[in-house]
Amino acid sequence: MSVNMAAVVVVRARRCSPSIKTLLHTYRNGHKSRHVLGARFCSIYTTDPIDPKEATFEKIMIANRGEIACRVIKTAKKMGIKTVSIHSDVDSNAPHVKLADEAICVGTAQARDSYLRMDRILEAIKLTGAQAVHPGYGFLSENAEFVQKLEDLGVSFIGPNANAITGMGDKLESKRLAMEAGVNTIPGFDGIVKDAEDCVRISRDVGYPVMIKASAGGGGKGMRIAWNDEEAREGFKLSSQEAASSFGDDRILVEKFVDNPRHIEIQVLGDKHGNAIYLNERECSIQRRNQKVIEEAPSVFLDEGTRKAMGKQAVALAKRIGYSSAGTVEFLVDSQRNFYFLEMNTRLQVEHPITECITGVDLVHQMIRVAKGHPLRIQQSDITIRGWAIESRVYAEDPFKNFGLPSIGRLSKYQEPLHLPKVRCDSGVEEGSNISIYYDPMICKLVCYGSSREEAIENSIKALDAYVIRGVTHNIPLLRDILTEARFVSGDISTNYLPEVYPDGFKGKQLTSQEQINLTAMLASVHLKNTLRSRNFVNQSRVKGSSKLPTVCNLIIKYGDKEVPCSVKVDDGNFKVTVNGATVTVNDQFDLASPLIEANINGTWETVQLIKLGPAGEIRIRYRGTAFQCQVVSQEVHRYFSLIPEKPKVDQSKQVLSPMPGLVKSIACGPGDMVAEGQEVCVIEAMKMQNSLSAATSGKVVAVHVKEGDTVEEEQILVELE
Amino acid sequence: RHDVNMAFPVVRASAGILRHHGLLALTGTNTASVRQCSVAHTLQVRENINKKRREALLGGGHKRIDAQHSKIMDQAMLVGAPVIGLNDSGGARIQEGVESLAGYADIFQRNVMASGVIPQISLIMGPCAGGAVYSPALTDFTFMVEDSSYLFITGPDVVKAVTNEDVTQEELGGARTHTTLSGVAHKAFRNDIHALLNLRTFMGYLPQNNQEPSPIRQCDDPWDRDVPGLDTVVPLESTAAYNMLDVVESIVDEGDFFEIMPNYAKNIIVGFARMNGRTIGIIGNQPKSAAGCLDINSSVKGARFVRFCDAFNIPLVTFVDVPGFLPGTAQEYGGIIRHGAKLLFAFAEATVPKITIITRKAYGGAYDVMSSKHLRGDMNYAWPTAEVAVMGAKGAVSILYRGKSNVAQIEKEYMEKFGNPFPAAVRGFVDDIIEPRTTRSRICQDLDKLSSKKLSNPWKKHANIPL
Repeated sequence: MSVNMAAVVVVRARRCSPSIKTLLHTYRNGHKSRHVLGARFCSIYTTDPIDPKEATFEKIMIANRGEIACRVIKTAKKMGIKTVSIHSDVDSNAPHVKLADEAICVGTAQARDSYLRMDRILEAIKLTGAQAVHPGYGFLSENAEFVQKLEDLGVSFIGPNANAITGMGDKLESKRLAMEAGVNTIPGFDGIVKDAEDCVRISRDVGYPVMIKASAGGGGKGMRIAWNDEEAREGFKLSSQEAASSFGDDRILVEKFVDNPRHIEIQVLGDKHGNAIYLNERECSIQRRNQKVIEEAPSVFLDEGTRKAMGKQAVALAKRIGYSSAGTVEFLVDSQRNFYFLEMNTRLQVEHPITECITGVDLVHQMIRVAKGHPLRIQQSDITIRGWAIESRVYAEDPFKNFGLPSIGRLSKYQEPLHLPKVRCDSGVEEGSNISIYYDPMICKLVCYGSSREEAIENSIKALDAYVIRGVTHNIPLLRDILTEARFVSGDISTNYLPEVYPDGFKGKQLTSQEQINLTAMLASVHLKNTLRSRNFVNQSRVKGSSKLPTVCNLIIKYGDKEVPCSVKVDDGNFKVTVNGATVTVNDQFDLASPLIEANINGTWETVQLIKLGPAGEIRIRYRGTAFQCQVVSQEVHRYFSLIPEKPKVDQSKQVLSPMPGLVKSIACGPGDMVAEGQEVCVIEAMKMQNSLSAATSGKVVAVHVKEGDTVEEEQILVELE
Repeated sequence: RHDVNMAFPVVRASAGILRHHGLLALTGTNTASVRQCSVAHTLQVRENINKKRREALLGGGHKRIDAQHSKIMDQAMLVGAPVIGLNDSGGARIQEGVESLAGYADIFQRNVMASGVIPQISLIMGPCAGGAVYSPALTDFTFMVEDSSYLFITGPDVVKAVTNEDVTQEELGGARTHTTLSGVAHKAFRNDIHALLNLRTFMGYLPQNNQEPSPIRQCDDPWDRDVPGLDTVVPLESTAAYNMLDVVESIVDEGDFFEIMPNYAKNIIVGFARMNGRTIGIIGNQPKSAAGCLDINSSVKGARFVRFCDAFNIPLVTFVDVPGFLPGTAQEYGGIIRHGAKLLFAFAEATVPKITIITRKAYGGAYDVMSSKHLRGDMNYAWPTAEVAVMGAKGAVSILYRGKSNVAQIEKEYMEKFGNPFPAAVRGFVDDIIEPRTTRSRICQDLDKLSSKKLSNPWKKHANIPL
């Protein structure tokens, strides 16, 4: 799509006569109801509900994409505000475009050419006459320059003022302000690190371990932990590169790393009249590579006293900087419940829904109200903790690789578990959406709540089991496993949770012997059902004669490295499966076509997902979160298989493969170079994360198949060694 | 252990030997039993392999074997059952002279007679050379086993002697060569057992013979299932690629698509699937590969598939996104005109139900070829993103308005006028413009209606397809 200003304002339809536009419009917008968060959504906002009589904006723009844009639009609609979306060309069909009343294309796929293009966004504001802009999170949400430009234009920014953003956006400045406001801070070096060697020297002064992070950073990007000189050097290099590419600012700072801390944050809300309140905490300790995976509110760890103390300090900071919107003050909390100020996020946080669930406050509604200049109607005393909420971030990523490396693809099937009670899905995708390398790989924020933590966990598990995502690799296996893991259930978590619980990385659901039996029984039943079906044509014109359908099958079921023999027979509308001496009954009520199977195994209901039935007995089934690639064959076939000689495996240690789709950032070797084991050969960037790839063995480089700036696929061979 | 049917003993008796000598025929009273036979027989093969190979080397009774082939094929024709050949043959035995040649020819003749009457499938499970390769070539589908099966007229030694060309067996006639380069084989499988299991599934799509309708399996997938993802599958950018397999797999029953020739001429997709339980043949342009254009290889691939489906009463569903025939000297010298005509001929000749969905581009002659209304298409649909025109805007404007300066403006006007499904729809060349998400239910409904379609071509000895 053309990106010059004249052509920028092409709303949705291209190259079409008016009649087709109408047609396209009808077919693209005829099914809006499918991705509304659900009618239940409004029922949780009971504290300070929307007052239709209160003055508000007529039209606002949401300068963002994906789930957060959809989230803001939904509240705006309820408030009777017209909405304008911006989008890049690849997002033209995205839900946030369809949901909005107007949509404007602001450029091409790369964020810096569209969602970060202030000039075009400002142009779009003028063109549509939007009176205010909600920035969502990321992109321009914490950009003081943008806020200033809006102010010059006389357009309200639905967020804090420019000073607060500048003050809190810089880690050094924010630490100073926090200290002034009487907030506890972490010991560290408050100055800019010059180069790698300087970084090593400072790290030694502060004392290892240290945290090296981008001054302009946030969201875990450009952040690395170093335990020794070498890591400090490496960390400085990668962090500053990442910082440069993500924020356009490569300033780096170093501070003491609080070992084994919890990450707990306080939601604050301020207005333009000097009022500020806190909306309790969120526990965000389950993280990988400093990015949150599961958050909950409230925290199991905080007592009322600590909560109050943290809340008071957060409010003090908000008041000190004249904070007039929703914001978050992040703290590290050590095992003694000492808390240290980490940073303040001057935006609506990703994980805001859990706070909304337990407080009943619609934060977007409040942000819009205070941006309009209304004072807060909620008092601190109105804020209570009602039940428990857990947010599981469903990402398009492979949890088996380093707890999650981004993956891409098209959501060939997508079904949110909204049919379950107390489930909220904040997503900006729908069936058919593409998860591309250009943007954040988050698919959905699955928020489940209940009156107690146990109930919230239970609801989350049910919801994850019933969540259908096909076409991209996702992290539901990991999410579900964490939710059932003993340490998590007991509430004993910290930011080191993942590496401690899964020291060798996540390996998928480890089945108990009962679960193995159930899975085997399910597979055997599916196999027999399919076999019977495939031998029974509806329009079979010939008499079957002596050919009888099998009633008992002796099978071998293979999954992972296990081979389980079993036998299955049809018995009065049930499948009776004998495995390891135990007999399991599976009710024959399921069908082989639904993405979700509610299976009755020995009288208890289990949700399993039949992903694929292959032509040679392959069955891919999602059971308790993890997808198992299984093969079900008769005992005879299994014996024939065993007669087939194994094919030699290709030695992959001589190749460096891309672990994920992305962009080649740099290449550190050329053909003919000698590389040592573990030496970096190239860096792949995807979703703004840089991943250094190293040689698995020492050797001479024979070929480099890519060059800087190339887009690579997952498993693509990048470098070959001799 | 297995239910035994009338064909079973025949297979038992001959399986071991036949495997080494070209062709094995399996006959059965229904497909289910055929499937059982194939695996039962492998057991025999595995156990007898060494013994029989020794026997074969010693040279015993080949005439008898040839006769047995012929007998099984005759029986299959008689009862209307498919024939499956499991091939592993070094070719004619030199010491038998003309007799072995005669044996081959007997089989070839029967292959040809059976063609279009019963489905014939060859599974190449070992090296096949010389005369042995022609029987598979005459059958409807040829499948191979990776790394252990080869097909060539002459082996690497003879090649070296004659042309001084150094080539390995695998490069010359391995599964990879034939499924990606030559197009001789239709699909390759990991190993023998895997191949047989796949074959069993494959047989489930086929009717027994040309007198029977395409089989209908019980179907759990709702026939009127909406597929919301299809509304956004075609990118807004007219030149951007998308994967037609996404479209196919989301529409057919349970996403099960048995693709034929997945690695050869990838710009066209062909294969079998089910709609509401009924077997259909799918042909689709693949925009992801060479923009989905038609070239020599894809035309031939498509044409042969269309003719198979037509011969065996399998309805055709065609997905069209074709920018045209591939231009250039390589194609013209290669005879794109006569090869493209094969696909045109095949679609025009077909009398089975024909349903066509134009997802995006349908340009020029390629529009006509891809099962258009004009070629007796029964139901022709267009998605709102369809562009049915003689050619794309750029090409058209450069011809019609040569030398004009306001090219961009004219191109835009051209797109408004022609780059949409309306000109075709108002003339009745497109029956309806449909919401993509409803495509599945439309096709299922139409297949139901068309199941009683009766159409025959004028009597002729046979048509003269431009070979």
